[in-house]
Amino acid sequence: MNRIFTASAVALIASLSAANAATEIQWWHAMGGELGAKVEEIAKNFNESQSDYVVVPSYKGNYVETMTAAIAAFRAKEQPAVVQVFEVGTGTMIAAQGAIYPVYQLMADNNEPFDPASYLPAVAGYYTDTDGNMLSMPFNSSTPIMYYNKTVFEKAGLDPNAPPKTWAEMEEASKKIVESGAATCGFTTGWISWIQTENLSAWHNVPIGTLENGFGGLDARLELNGPVQVKHWGNMKKWADEGLYKYAGPLGGDNAPPMFYSQECAMMMNSSGSRAAVVENSKDFELGYAMLPYYDDVEGAPQNSIIGGATLWVLQGRPAEEYAGVAKFFTYLSSPEVQADWHQVTGYLPITTAAYELSQEQGYYEANPGADTAIKQINLNPPTPNSKGLRFGNYVQVRTIIDEEFEALLGGSKDAQGALDAVVERGNKLIEEFQAQNQ
Amino acid sequence: MVENRPFLNFLAHLVLILGVVVVALPVWIALVASTRASNDFLQGVVPMWFGTHGPENYARMLGQGISTSGMPPVGWMMVNSLIMALGISFGKIAISITSAFAIVYFRFPFRMVAFWIIFATLMLPVEVRIVPTFKVVADLGMLNSYPGLIIPLIASATATFLFRQVFLTMPDELTEAARIDGAGPMKFFRDILLPLSRTNIAALFVIMFIYGWNQYLWPLLITTGSDMYTVVAGIKRMTTVADTDPQWNYIMATAVMAMLPPLLVVIFMQRLFVKGLVETEK
Amino acid sequence: MKRALFHNKFLPWLLLAPQLIVTAIFFLWPAAQAIRQSFLREDAFGLRSQFVGLANYRALWGSSEYLNSFKVTLIFTVSVTVLTMVFALLMAVAVDRLVRSEKVYTTLLIWPYAVAPAVAGVLWWFIFNPSIGILPYVLSQIGISFNWIYDKTDAMIFVVIASAWSRISYSFLFFVAGLQSIPGSLREAAAIDGAGPVKRFFTITLPLLSPTTFFLLVVNLVYAMFETFAVIDATTLGGPAQSTNILVYKVYQDGFVGQNLGSSAAQSVVLMVIVIALTVIQFRFIEKRVAY
Repeated sequence: MNRIFTASAVALIASLSAANAATEIQWWHAMGGELGAKVEEIAKNFNESQSDYVVVPSYKGNYVETMTAAIAAFRAKEQPAVVQVFEVGTGTMIAAQGAIYPVYQLMADNNEPFDPASYLPAVAGYYTDTDGNMLSMPFNSSTPIMYYNKTVFEKAGLDPNAPPKTWAEMEEASKKIVESGAATCGFTTGWISWIQTENLSAWHNVPIGTLENGFGGLDARLELNGPVQVKHWGNMKKWADEGLYKYAGPLGGDNAPPMFYSQECAMMMNSSGSRAAVVENSKDFELGYAMLPYYDDVEGAPQNSIIGGATLWVLQGRPAEEYAGVAKFFTYLSSPEVQADWHQVTGYLPITTAAYELSQEQGYYEANPGADTAIKQINLNPPTPNSKGLRFGNYVQVRTIIDEEFEALLGGSKDAQGALDAVVERGNKLIEEFQAQNQ
Repeated sequence: MVENRPFLNFLAHLVLILGVVVVALPVWIALVASTRASNDFLQGVVPMWFGTHGPENYARMLGQGISTSGMPPVGWMMVNSLIMALGISFGKIAISITSAFAIVYFRFPFRMVAFWIIFATLMLPVEVRIVPTFKVVADLGMLNSYPGLIIPLIASATATFLFRQVFLTMPDELTEAARIDGAGPMKFFRDILLPLSRTNIAALFVIMFIYGWNQYLWPLLITTGSDMYTVVAGIKRMTTVADTDPQWNYIMATAVMAMLPPLLVVIFMQRLFVKGLVETEK
Repeated sequence: MKRALFHNKFLPWLLLAPQLIVTAIFFLWPAAQAIRQSFLREDAFGLRSQFVGLANYRALWGSSEYLNSFKVTLIFTVSVTVLTMVFALLMAVAVDRLVRSEKVYTTLLIWPYAVAPAVAGVLWWFIFNPSIGILPYVLSQIGISFNWIYDKTDAMIFVVIASAWSRISYSFLFFVAGLQSIPGSLREAAAIDGAGPVKRFFTITLPLLSPTTFFLLVVNLVYAMFETFAVIDATTLGGPAQSTNILVYKVYQDGFVGQNLGSSAAQSVVLMVIVIALTVIQFRFIEKRVAY
């Protein structure tokens, strides 16, 4: 049976009459709200810049939903040409040889200019195989930074221009804020997994897993139950009990932004990619940016933070003319103008050196103090094997386990060591299962 | 009434009013939220009284939707939901009534086998076999299509059993008379059984319409293009966003619109609704 | 059984064909596939698969999460059923007293049935939202901290309320029908004997309602176990720390989100066994009910 008259048919007819027989390229993404509006603008501008291809972006829910939708679609042979997959899905995607079309190969096959060296090392490194080939196209990369409320700082008698640098200062500032009544909680954070576990490890130059955090192959296992992580989780529990810190939920921590916007919490650690939304919603107070805090008794801290966000993966099994269009689109997407604009509007990192330089030339960082906090943080030191990123299979579920065990810690049923040991034990089971599935 | 006790009557009213308030609270809050501006929900407590942004919120969702949250205009999604709900209700009724007719009015080999196969559908709710069913639908090329939304959900043991009960209570004299008149089985079915089952069909239709409209997991999985989204599954897409905040005013405006059609059906066809609900479970 | 029948070899199969074909393709075949898949190990993209025997089942039995999911499901289904039925019975008894306003109250109480469980979940999510929701706010005013995002008990309370809400109207209608079928003469006789309203309720009304109550018990248990998927998916997603991850939700999570198809299929098979058992119980009871 045929699908009856549908909205896409209308759109298709409209686009057909405008551009004769343009090839349609499906791009599934996870960018909602203001970010989604920007994604659509990018696609629209590309579509208007030429007449052979039409990129059709579709929002597919959050990162997890988008990735699982794409995998399900691939199994059903209904996959889009391009899908946005978040960084922790990288392990799963790389292992799926035969399902993915590596970007370096796509660009070469279609004779598009492509130079991996033009990308920021901290960004490109995350998505490069051991031979130095880039497998996916960096798009929105971010790193966690700290947003803070200068108005509340002032009320609490703190220097609004001297945000806490270390966790000890963080604790002290939070105490002052709560005791003075300037706000009911000192700080909150999005992403327990990404920010308070993975980035915490990289920032203190301690490993998350063996074999260079999984870059060395499928045999790698988790080892994030070391003294630094245990100490930090233990502190988080203590601070939660003291009311200095408020937990904002699993995954991205949906409740962190509202608590920060409502001035309930004076500080929030969250993705630099949330910058657009934070600026938009913090008109009632003065906003400040800072790097993540660190423990000054850990040697080598602060090292550099690792990225998060997502890249664009190309899936196999589409007609060749679509891939030619994808290659053209990627060239467009990584042009300094498009990247600089995306970076400046959203707060995501500029993924190429050229885009960073262009933003500097345009005077963006002078006009927006603090906006380069994220870049400075990932470039603070050259990445070590502990701070390049991480690459494990089934890591999406490992993140869920991290959340669950953190919740068990907060709920009081486990101590920090017990919770992190459980993360390692349960997580390694999933990683072993993944290894078995992919050998 | 056994006796008149004013205090007990008062208590009954009190209990019921409290009950109605509890039951209505979520919908009240949804109505209120749908009339506020999006930044009313980021600071402090949810407002309890109406704002002034109702018309623009509803107009926005009906007119253009929010493509950046994967929300096509609500009007179109309501059309999809309607097609799905009607398809499921008509489909279920059609295939169940003919099955029941075959089982009640004919004796044929393997009749009990057919009966048990239909019975098996009761034992396999879609949630239990979701992954392989998805694969079957994908292999048949039915993803993202109306048949894919409808056909896998139309097999129904409960509806078949309902019609079986109804037919079993029909007097045998009717059949005898029809046979004496020389009417074939299909003529008997069309001219006698169908008209006599009219209210049962209508009652079942009401229940199945609500069932179909409110489907969630199935449309969520098999609709991959925004042109096929249904409104109930669409709401969920709006609530999960990466690196930004849910737009509660739009979510609630959509929720209110998604609730409306089945709500109207229940309120205005209350008699049929109650009949359908009680009968399908007998 | 009918005495008057039609005779035709071909026609009955033709009449049954649509139902049987749909059942075979979308019910029986997937069920068989689930059984097959439960003995396999496959990667996410479906590129490689191997036979692993009972490994998926053994892994389930050794998984504390899966056993936890059983416990969670039990607590959840029993709580939803009890909450729904107590609330519905209370309303039904009250309505039964009030002859004149019965219809108005009935209308005002039955409409939640029309609200999709997924929508109900979103509505309750909004009400229970720890930072902006009205209920945590009210509770905090009286000194109770309610935060389902990390408190397991609070999360359970939250999903139980959201699930029960959708189901109240259904039980309510059956209780009202049940109450109305109790002969008034019985209650009058008891009243003449001097039994007060409370005593009458417990000695006469409740025992006479027991067929309805038992029926609702089974139906509501089945509902809570299998049809609350949407509520969980729209609210807690099974969290925090697996505390609301009921069996049906776990099948979906492990299969679609976790991409662990073998394990998900093994769980499907376990669930099928449970449904079959429940259906048999339900059907035996219904047959009895039809009999008298």
